[in-house]
Amino acid sequence: MRRQPISDGTSSELDALKRGDEAAFVDVLQRYHGPLMRLAIAYVRDRQIAEDVVQEAWLTAIRTLARFEGRSSLKTWISGIVINIARARRRKESRLLTFTSLLGGDDADRRKHTVDPSRFGSDGTWRELPHSWENVPESTLIGNETLTKVKAAIEDLPPKHREVIVMRDVAQLGAAEVSQLLGISAENQRVRLHRARAAVRKALEDYLA
Amino acid sequence: MKCREMVELMTDYLEGALSVRDRERFEEHIAGCDGCRAYLEQMRATMKTVGNLADEPIPETIQEQLLEAFRSWKATSS
Repeated sequence: MRRQPISDGTSSELDALKRGDEAAFVDVLQRYHGPLMRLAIAYVRDRQIAEDVVQEAWLTAIRTLARFEGRSSLKTWISGIVINIARARRRKESRLLTFTSLLGGDDADRRKHTVDPSRFGSDGTWRELPHSWENVPESTLIGNETLTKVKAAIEDLPPKHREVIVMRDVAQLGAAEVSQLLGISAENQRVRLHRARAAVRKALEDYLA
Repeated sequence: MKCREMVELMTDYLEGALSVRDRERFEEHIAGCDGCRAYLEQMRATMKTVGNLADEPIPETIQEQLLEAFRSWKATSS
């Protein structure tokens, strides 16, 4: 029996693309461009190179569309293509790549705190409670300045954490899909996601304070 | 569970990866702790804010070029 595609409504979308439906193609281009750009930027940093990567990924997707069976969602598939191209590009072009990405595994990470230990008393409770952001206006949270801070915080992350948060929280891929794309265990995926989110939370907290 | 441990379980909780027993303990703590509740809400707000980075329109020139590639693929494949 054939496996059902993991679908977010994309199997009919895939059929439309295979039929050569231009409106469907433009629709996926527009919806996936932002997430795919973030994903590419997570690897290559430079916007122009990222744009090239995304474009090349689409061209590859078009070329291989007929062979794609929809075992993963369209978005996961195209994300995988972006990752492969972006990684190859980074290896080729980046002399800035540091070795920090190669140091320290997830096991070491698992034990590190994501919140400054001095924020807790010796009994393990908050010394000073985190502020509620309930009164932060929505317009502030989605404002350009906030988004710039968030982008910077993501760029400062170790590459392994950066790719996971972009896949999960920007591209909105599922946990299982991301584990599979990166070839890591479900637990490692969560550890990396947790560290990434905690670091961005901290940056937002500092900014909103 | 102490607040210090709670903050490290937030993602496991949001991902539904805690055991039934740990989830109950987690929720029990959250119900009675303003600090951890605020922290959990901050994590959720962070995810949402990060999600806003997806809003980036595709430049028209790129869209045109790709649409052109799609058209020629269609022309040669049919």
